[in-house]
Amino acid sequence: MERLILRVTTKLLFAPIILFALYVQFHGDYGPGGGFQAGVIFAVAFILHAFCYGLDETKKAVPQKALTVAMVIGLLFYVGTGVATMLLGANLLGYDSIDPDSTHHAGQHYGILLVEWGVGMCVASTMMTIFYHFTGREPDINQEDW
Amino acid sequence: MNFAEQLPVLPIITPLVMAPVTLLLPKGRAPWAWATLASWLTFAACVFLLREVSASSAGFISYHLGDWAPPLGIEYRVDLANALVLLLVSGIASLVFPFAYRSVQLEIDERQSSLFYGALLICMTGLLGVTITGDAFNVFVFLEISSLSTYALIAMGARRDRRALTASFNYLVMGTIGATFFVIGIGLLYQATGTLNMADLHDKLAGNHSRVVDAGFAFIVVGMGLKLAMFPMHLWLPNAYTYAPSAVSAFIAATATKVAVYVLIRFLYSIFGFDFSFMGSAFTFVLLPLGLAGMFVASFVAVFQDDVKRMLAYSSVAQIGYMLLGLSFATVEGLTASLVHVFNHALMKGALFMAVACVVLRAGSHSVEAFAGLARRMPFTTWAFILSGLSLIGVPLTVGFISKWYLLQAAFAAGHWYAGFLIVASSLIALLYVGRIVEVMVLREPAEEGKYAIPARDAPLSMLIPMWIMVAANIYFGVNTELTGEIARRAAEALMMVAGGAP
Amino acid sequence: MEWFDFVLERYNYWIVIILMMTGLYIVFARGNLVKKIVGLNLFQTSVFIYYLTIGKIAGGTAPIYVGGELDHGGGHGEEAPGHDAPGHDAPQGSDASLHETPEGASDHVNDLFGGEAGSDKIANDFASNDLKETLKDFQAQGAAAPTGGEASLHTPPEGVDGKIANDAFQNIKKPESIEFSIGDGHEAGANSLADAVHQASEVIYTNPLPHVLILTAIVVGVATTAVGLALAVRIREAYGTIEEDELEVIDNVAEFGEEARARAEGAAS
Repeated sequence: MERLILRVTTKLLFAPIILFALYVQFHGDYGPGGGFQAGVIFAVAFILHAFCYGLDETKKAVPQKALTVAMVIGLLFYVGTGVATMLLGANLLGYDSIDPDSTHHAGQHYGILLVEWGVGMCVASTMMTIFYHFTGREPDINQEDW
Repeated sequence: MNFAEQLPVLPIITPLVMAPVTLLLPKGRAPWAWATLASWLTFAACVFLLREVSASSAGFISYHLGDWAPPLGIEYRVDLANALVLLLVSGIASLVFPFAYRSVQLEIDERQSSLFYGALLICMTGLLGVTITGDAFNVFVFLEISSLSTYALIAMGARRDRRALTASFNYLVMGTIGATFFVIGIGLLYQATGTLNMADLHDKLAGNHSRVVDAGFAFIVVGMGLKLAMFPMHLWLPNAYTYAPSAVSAFIAATATKVAVYVLIRFLYSIFGFDFSFMGSAFTFVLLPLGLAGMFVASFVAVFQDDVKRMLAYSSVAQIGYMLLGLSFATVEGLTASLVHVFNHALMKGALFMAVACVVLRAGSHSVEAFAGLARRMPFTTWAFILSGLSLIGVPLTVGFISKWYLLQAAFAAGHWYAGFLIVASSLIALLYVGRIVEVMVLREPAEEGKYAIPARDAPLSMLIPMWIMVAANIYFGVNTELTGEIARRAAEALMMVAGGAP
Repeated sequence: MEWFDFVLERYNYWIVIILMMTGLYIVFARGNLVKKIVGLNLFQTSVFIYYLTIGKIAGGTAPIYVGGELDHGGGHGEEAPGHDAPGHDAPQGSDASLHETPEGASDHVNDLFGGEAGSDKIANDFASNDLKETLKDFQAQGAAAPTGGEASLHTPPEGVDGKIANDAFQNIKKPESIEFSIGDGHEAGANSLADAVHQASEVIYTNPLPHVLILTAIVVGVATTAVGLALAVRIREAYGTIEEDELEVIDNVAEFGEEARARAEGAAS
């Protein structure tokens, strides 16, 4: 089997990378981390997969259509949280309205976690879309001509 | 939810929520209809906002994002000056979106049409955000949101002409340098004051004379100069406007540079104010001469263009010269003239580029030859072009006349009598380049064969109606100056008061 | 040599200026579109460094919330490369307490934290704090160190949620060396935890705002790069080259015919 070491390594690394992405994702409220970083790490796992198994295999697992939907839903998650706080009577992104009775601003946590989740989804799918489109182009010149 | 309280954020959040949804809609009419709806809702919100602001006793409405009080939190601060620009941007959008359908059908790949409308909505969101925000760094963020979508939109013109790609690339490089300069400027101001809120910056900069602030001022003026295509920094603009899809040209020509002019006004008057040491010299040695030079050089170059869109693009650079001229007088009259011209120029350029889009739809080209004998084949489009062209020259009863009248008054009142003559002289050049196209349209025989032989059919109603609304606005605001003139004067007075009177 | 010091003290500004000028030079001087994008990136990076320079406060820690109301966020360790192991995810409070333990322990701590300059700085910071006063406060509250080091960590000084502190402790004590260090100096460790928590509200942070601003600017920069490279790819597909002067010749030939090429070649030679 071709590139056996790379493939096995990828298989081993794939899950920890996703796990790390989730770790960074859910530490976005009070620590270093959050949606931007988590999204990129999340996308990295799939990009690694594409490197070792080929783009077509990755596209089978995560088709472009799904990425577009994830991008949209991610952004809607973000602005949706904002609109929800408006409907709850606060200003845009006034997270305290999510849990108004909390004495220690629990609403701020819920709010930022929701927003970061949206950001994470959006960033991950955008990064993968960029990758798909750059690598999916047909090279129309010979390697020697570069 | 209290509608009145949430009003200031609605122009931003409405298109922002609706833009991503366009990607999920089925191909065909749906994305267009959805985007049009979004632009109309936004326009409605902006109209309400203008009414609210002009009725408010404080003269401005402040909205705190996330309930964080300024100067720490991000503030949306709407006063008359930006309410006017908001109305302008959303108004143009609400006409361009319905107009775009047929033009986009022709010029954009159907698979990309939902992306196109999404990007156009995001672009509008960015421009509105730049206008509405009261936070200096937020300006940068929104500016880049609108710029990035503009780069993509311009590049979509590559389906018709591959030069759109290089035009977009050059715009990207120049625009990014401009934006980065702007960020450096904001960083320097932050270093000197420790705040990013515009009102707070103004307070803390008062009496704060240091080289850091001076450098920040220079970076911001140069950065914004690149974004608004101030005369020697306009090189990205002609190609970008020429090769962009017609509907995009109509939208960005009418709004993007105007918003950048607004940002410059906001920074000069609301943040730095007149007790800032470089202010006077910036006006006398930078904005005034560059404005005058732009008026002449760009107009002169426009005369020799063989491409109507490129000609209009150079004319845009010249018109930006008028706006800079007005604000460099540093008087209420000058600032009023500048704001009025921001509004009026958007109306005339919007109408002109829409007319060109109609010609492109039927004749398939925007070179001067394609316009030959158009009066007989597309009379409605031709008359729309002629009327808005007259407005560009500044013929009485059109908006162009109003802006030039205000500008002349301001020039004489400020003692720059020579500028007054130069304004008239450059209007004569405008007569030359518009007249040249009109001559071709009306007097030249239409081509019977060859690639410009077009069927004797006018543009579809879906394009004619928005275009004629725009032309009607050109005449309406030319006759009835109450709305623009009055609001612009009050806005200018408020800005002047913040800035601290004449130097 | 005063001017020399003046120059040296501001070394970060010099880095910014040099990077900025290099970036701008590349953008203007290179004809290759990808190189232009690289130059643009360099230019933007200089601005990021500039913003970080603005935010820096001498002796300040990374702007990561460390304490005060621990029940809020739980705690998160000092951010540094390689700190992803769970054992490092400790509240700054216990982190500091480890630094205060008697000799020997601090070595372990340094091992644990990889001996980065950052953690040293924090250690110094805490060492310089006035221990005695807070110690008195602590004892006056009647919460004087109970028997075991571990138990003392559970006592919530100043409204710290015991459970989270406990969780954090469970995490931190996994590596054996730490267990040892705490066991070794349990009394001191206990006192200094309370102290650290008390002090947490007085920790000097670097200014977080420029970091946040620059995070935003980085995202904008990434987007710009993506769009720019995408355009470069499209340009190469449409023209077959990404050299600016060749693009110009191709455009001119398309517009004015073959003489434009001859003219361009004549100008080149």
